[in-house]
Amino acid sequence: MRTPRGLGLALLVAPAALWLGLLLVLPHVEIAILSVSERVAPRVYAFGLGNYREFFAEPLYWRTFARTAALSILVTALTLALAFPVALYVARVAKGRAKSLLFLLCLIPFWVSELVRTLGWMILLRETGVISAVLQRLGLASGPVELLYNDGAVVLGLVYGGLLFMVVPLVNALDSLDPSLVEAGHDLGGSRWTVLRRIVIPHAMPGIVAGSIVVFMLTVGNFATPVLLGGKNGLWFTEQIYAQFITRFNWPQGSAFGFLLLALSSAIVWAGLKLSGQPLGRTLRQGA
Amino acid sequence: MESAPDLDLTAVTKRFGDHVAVDGVSFTVSPGEFFSILGPSGCGKTTLLRMIAGFEEPTAGEIRIRGRSVVGVPANRRPVNMVFQSLALFPMMSVGENISYGLRCHGVGKSEAAERTERMLERVGLPGFAERRVGTLSGGQRQRVAIARCLVLDPTLVLLDEPLGALDLKLREQMKVELKQIQATFGTTFVYITHDQSEALVMSDRVAVMNAGRFEQVAAPRALYHDPATRFVAGFVGETNQFVGEVLAPAFGTAAVRLPSGCVIEGMGVAEGPRAACFVRPEAIALADDPGALADLPNRFPGHVSAVLFDGANSALLIDAPDLGAPLRAALPQTGPLAGIGVGAPVVAGWTPEATRIFPA
Repeated sequence: MRTPRGLGLALLVAPAALWLGLLLVLPHVEIAILSVSERVAPRVYAFGLGNYREFFAEPLYWRTFARTAALSILVTALTLALAFPVALYVARVAKGRAKSLLFLLCLIPFWVSELVRTLGWMILLRETGVISAVLQRLGLASGPVELLYNDGAVVLGLVYGGLLFMVVPLVNALDSLDPSLVEAGHDLGGSRWTVLRRIVIPHAMPGIVAGSIVVFMLTVGNFATPVLLGGKNGLWFTEQIYAQFITRFNWPQGSAFGFLLLALSSAIVWAGLKLSGQPLGRTLRQGA
Repeated sequence: MESAPDLDLTAVTKRFGDHVAVDGVSFTVSPGEFFSILGPSGCGKTTLLRMIAGFEEPTAGEIRIRGRSVVGVPANRRPVNMVFQSLALFPMMSVGENISYGLRCHGVGKSEAAERTERMLERVGLPGFAERRVGTLSGGQRQRVAIARCLVLDPTLVLLDEPLGALDLKLREQMKVELKQIQATFGTTFVYITHDQSEALVMSDRVAVMNAGRFEQVAAPRALYHDPATRFVAGFVGETNQFVGEVLAPAFGTAAVRLPSGCVIEGMGVAEGPRAACFVRPEAIALADDPGALADLPNRFPGHVSAVLFDGANSALLIDAPDLGAPLRAALPQTGPLAGIGVGAPVVAGWTPEATRIFPA
């Protein structure tokens, strides 16, 4: 028997359930099946772990994988280091209109598509770009300077893309810090650094973890920025997945890579939560 | 040679834009004294305390602690610690860490800090609480941790910003006594700000009454109550009746006031100018049910009881006396013929000129 209440709940949950089921669970089941299929003859597939073996056998694959992981952690750390002072200023120093305005300034770049923003960086960084021209005009460079297509450009673009997603949870977390706690920290003899380390950062920890998880996930799974700013040297793992699916039509191999990437980001997020001692539930509430 | 006072303020002024929050305040606090600053909200007492703590810099004037000027010295370098209104215990730390935080900031080693923390917890009656989370403490325990956190640093001065405000009445009464005891045991100088006159009167050695950025009077609680120096103090400290009228030549006291009804109140004080206010405490008013009684009191007004406000020892009667033009509040006699008086009963109220204070209005 279905009570009206049960029906109402079912209707409320239905969109979310359909969303998750059709766009997340179903493709992952499909990909899971594909990733353990080996082609034994044209159009004939059999169960086997060959796709995963291939990943470890080919150095390019697992090196790209490790590189993606390491650079993503670096990007997350840099984003945090850049966003923390900004968030601290927005949450603790700015008041009233200035506060809303600063928040809006952080938000405005995200009204533009990621592709356009990345293109903006290309206009700045390329050989015939703005920075190169300015350096030559100032006499600091004798010829055109190519700033694109290196790891620095990729990291720069990814940090830029992640900033907002770090600033928002940090501002949320820092906003709720009682100013008298900071004053008490100074009053009892703490220097600025001590107060930051023992009071402000522990208080902001849920926001730090939430922001870091979001930025890390977005970075690991990013495609456009490493391709456009890194070019051939980008070597982001998503490019490998793209190549398998689209260029080589090797869907089973691409599926295996997809699963490996999922495992990687899950493992690193789990390790991050363990290291910071934050329960996932609290972190999710902070991020919302 | 006399030692320097623990705290010495000279003509301290603080302006926020056009607003003068603290206006030329000077006072000294001796070692071991419990000094309170009493005033209504917005009178500038919090700003004054924050200047002593080092969170605000005075616009003008000098603040000395044990003879050394602290103007321009940041809060973390002053031998002054503050108990905040919200207590501001660090929720991310245990009770022990809250107390050892200051010691660690001052470069005390880990093991010594732990030992001193445990000893301090014992002295404030919380032995074995070091590992507890702040959130698990009761209101009274939180108070004691907040004070212990300051006292463990052995400061010259402890500043308290209405720390009892958040407690319920029963606990507040208990904490008043406890605070006074802690202060007496440690012998530390306390500067306490509050808008609650009972807190100030019960605990303090001396009380400063503050109004609109200035000190109206600095005196011991009894002197403040019985011998107010200004009209504001007379009206603000303790229950009182206030009547305003024209200044008249006195017949019995040193000043007299004619009320709009035409009758005259005789009292003590200097009444200059055309108008003056007179104040009389509810407990100074003598009551009688016989209309002919109290004939020897110059201030004598017949009326009837308009309300009985029973509150144990603080019980009062409101008396409607046509001559006074406003209800008169008198202490309800707990014994004698008037103990059971009810609403509507005729009564005569009277008081001596000595119990009446008159100030220019």
